[in-house]
Amino acid sequence: MPDIFGIPPQALFGQLLLGLINGSFYAMLSLGLAIIFGLLNIINFTHGAQYMMGAFTAWMLLNWLGISYWWSMLIVPVVVGTFGVLIERTMLRHLYKLDHLYGLLLTFGIALIVQGMYRDQFGSSGLPYRIPDALRGGTDLGFMYMPNYRGWVVAVSLVVCLTTWFVIEKTKLGAYLRAATENPPMVQAFGINVPRMVTLTYGFGVGLAAFSGVLAAPIYQVSPQMGADLIIVVFAVVVIGGMGSIMGSIVTGFGLGIIEGLTKVFYPEASATVIFVIMAIVLLLKPAGLFGRVR
Amino acid sequence: MSGTGGMPRHQQILFGCMVAFLAVAPFVIYPVFLMKVLCFALFACAFNLLVGFVGLLSFGHAMFFGGAAYVAAHGAKVWGLPFELAILAGTATSALLGLAVGALAIRRQGIYFSMITLALAQMIYFFALQAPFTGGEDGLQKVPRGKLLGMISLQNDLTLYFVVAAIFLAAFLAIYRIVHSPFGQVLKAIRENEPRAISLGYKADQYKLAAFVLSATLVGLAGSVKSIVFQLASLTDVHWTMSGEAVLMTLVGGMGTIFGPIAGAVVIITMQNYLAELGSWVTIVQGVVFVACVLAFRRGIVGEIARAIRKPL
Repeated sequence: MPDIFGIPPQALFGQLLLGLINGSFYAMLSLGLAIIFGLLNIINFTHGAQYMMGAFTAWMLLNWLGISYWWSMLIVPVVVGTFGVLIERTMLRHLYKLDHLYGLLLTFGIALIVQGMYRDQFGSSGLPYRIPDALRGGTDLGFMYMPNYRGWVVAVSLVVCLTTWFVIEKTKLGAYLRAATENPPMVQAFGINVPRMVTLTYGFGVGLAAFSGVLAAPIYQVSPQMGADLIIVVFAVVVIGGMGSIMGSIVTGFGLGIIEGLTKVFYPEASATVIFVIMAIVLLLKPAGLFGRVR
Repeated sequence: MSGTGGMPRHQQILFGCMVAFLAVAPFVIYPVFLMKVLCFALFACAFNLLVGFVGLLSFGHAMFFGGAAYVAAHGAKVWGLPFELAILAGTATSALLGLAVGALAIRRQGIYFSMITLALAQMIYFFALQAPFTGGEDGLQKVPRGKLLGMISLQNDLTLYFVVAAIFLAAFLAIYRIVHSPFGQVLKAIRENEPRAISLGYKADQYKLAAFVLSATLVGLAGSVKSIVFQLASLTDVHWTMSGEAVLMTLVGGMGTIFGPIAGAVVIITMQNYLAELGSWVTIVQGVVFVACVLAFRRGIVGEIARAIRKPL
């Protein structure tokens, strides 16, 4: 096959796939942040730590109890989501009437605690997680060789993102959620238990982060820091997309992943910073974000 | 409050105590430890200028601290700049960086502001990781301390201590002056009610930007001094955990109080000193302090005292 812009197609598509995978995680994590922010008005700084907890919980289930990847995909979001529910019930709940900044500070503190505890227990070096047998090997797509697990990650995250979008935008439950985002006292007056909805929403957002962690475990090393740096990039993604729209979060997440992948091909030195540069440009041109509304 | 007048009596007394303590302390306590506290106290005070008096929570102040540390260290080591010029170069760099970052970040409010500053600081971190002159993972080591005004050698810890203490007091008074000037009153008006300040004819964005640049400049001063004192500028200085420490110190001491960040810096640095051998537990304890402060102790140490004596501190 001929080179594309002087780059061998294998390298180009390989990086595109990596970009898509990173984009999958950006999309799922920024989606969770956006849902939580919509209802709780809190930026969940613990999101990265909860993603890391997801990966570690899957690792512990596999290596200590022999529970497979497939069961982990079900169990882990529930376990970590419950942890989220506990945080919301015992701590976050008391901050809703205060300045938003306190929510940020509290979740930052929780992230420090969680990361510190995992580092104390498991050390800083990464732990490997075995790719499940059914997803080992790869497929020749004609224009590139695709490792099966990577294709699986992109597919699953697309399904998860679109399902979440569907539930929020097209179902009755989602309508309640959107209504409570706009005007909580009004929805409460219609007899819907808004505090419980808030709790469950936080739990769901956290569960989504944990689910991303399970997906990430076989690709990246499972380490206590895996979420900390990722979450800062996800914050930039959220600033670029604006948190007003669910589909906006998904599109921005995948889009930025692809752009980052392409940057790795054409100008590798900038690949770590390209998303931040894009954020700066978006702030100059469209301060509310690509899909954002000014509140 | 006396508005824009001089320092009220009880603050004068506290300031006098602080000066007296700084004069005596190095003969009792290890001067390098004291200098570390002073650098971080200045860092926290300058950070507090923004969060406490304008209500802007920056989560990226490490970029000014570390950026200035790198420039001052590079200036002193590679360009052979004298002490004063190295500090000045670091501080000026932070001021310029503050102008660029501030202009971007104030375009969004509240939580977005925090996320933007954090993201831009991460960009500076990656820049520092890759740029050739920062020494990568090793950082810039063995930075010469040089001579003050080309005459007095700063090799001696005690001599350097008094220079650092003088810089700290000057910067502290500058912050006090800024906060209590008419400019500072407008900042507080913006913090309390931005649309109202705008409708009164104040260009809120310009005030916010000016406060951001002032804060960045003073943080840069702290970072430059720190790199000369420890003869080291490293990636730790630009990492987001450093921003978190400034936030923590200010929160513990009391956001929006004049003396609070100093108290916070003393507490946190002392704690780090004692917990140093416990490794990851430092992070855990810091996290617990964060959570405890936010849930039960939002006014901070000095804030609580000020409330008890019903006077601003």
